[in-house]
Amino acid sequence: MDRRRFLAGTAAIAVLPFDRASATPEAMAEAIKKVVGDSAVTEGRVRLDMPPLIENGNTVPVLVSVESPMTVADHVKAIHVFNEKNPQPNVFSARLSARNGKASVGTRIKLGDSQKIVAIAETSDGRFWSASADVIVTLAACLEEST
Amino acid sequence: MANVLVNAPKTAKRGAVVEIKALILHPMETGFRSGTNGQFIPRNIVERFTATWNDAEIFSMDMSPAISANPFVSFFAVAAESGTIRLRWTGDQDFAVEEQVAIAVE
Repeated sequence: MDRRRFLAGTAAIAVLPFDRASATPEAMAEAIKKVVGDSAVTEGRVRLDMPPLIENGNTVPVLVSVESPMTVADHVKAIHVFNEKNPQPNVFSARLSARNGKASVGTRIKLGDSQKIVAIAETSDGRFWSASADVIVTLAACLEEST
Repeated sequence: MANVLVNAPKTAKRGAVVEIKALILHPMETGFRSGTNGQFIPRNIVERFTATWNDAEIFSMDMSPAISANPFVSFFAVAAESGTIRLRWTGDQDFAVEEQVAIAVE
């Protein structure tokens, strides 16, 4: 193997990890489609609370709340959160019922880059509602082991 | 043993909506990071969190590597009857932790 081919080979290997670590807006759309199927997603009723400017992508507080009476007849069944640029498009999927009384789920997430976050809520009548937030991340969730 | 912190009211009025917050000590290793030896660190995350109230499931959450280390979850529940709220985390490498808190409903 000559030097040039050897270098080309190592370059390909070096690029591999980055392939592994990048979801795209298309991947997010696909992940959303897996959840909602062919149903229409209407913007509204969902509130996605997170800071617009994030200093540390390792722990970003997220609060998703949905306007709903949360009765047996009309409640939120599920809340899903998706992202565009983390290695995987899914963030979390929570299952709720009328037993929750209030459709609100909070957690902390990692963000690898400035990106758009989408929250989708499924109500008991089978409809989907969404909200999105564009956030700027100054320090991404770290990709290397801290020493 | 894993360390767990649960914040839920000890007493509640019947029918009131109470907030339950839970935090567990866990690295949530994504499987996308390489270690100092250049090898990927194997994924080790909590995959699922479930909450039951007197053994009836009231909330569950499927987690991904995008959930921060030491996962925190907050949610609400209607205080229907006195009993036990049981929280369960399961995940990679046979991770399974259960914690319970008692709640008195008057």
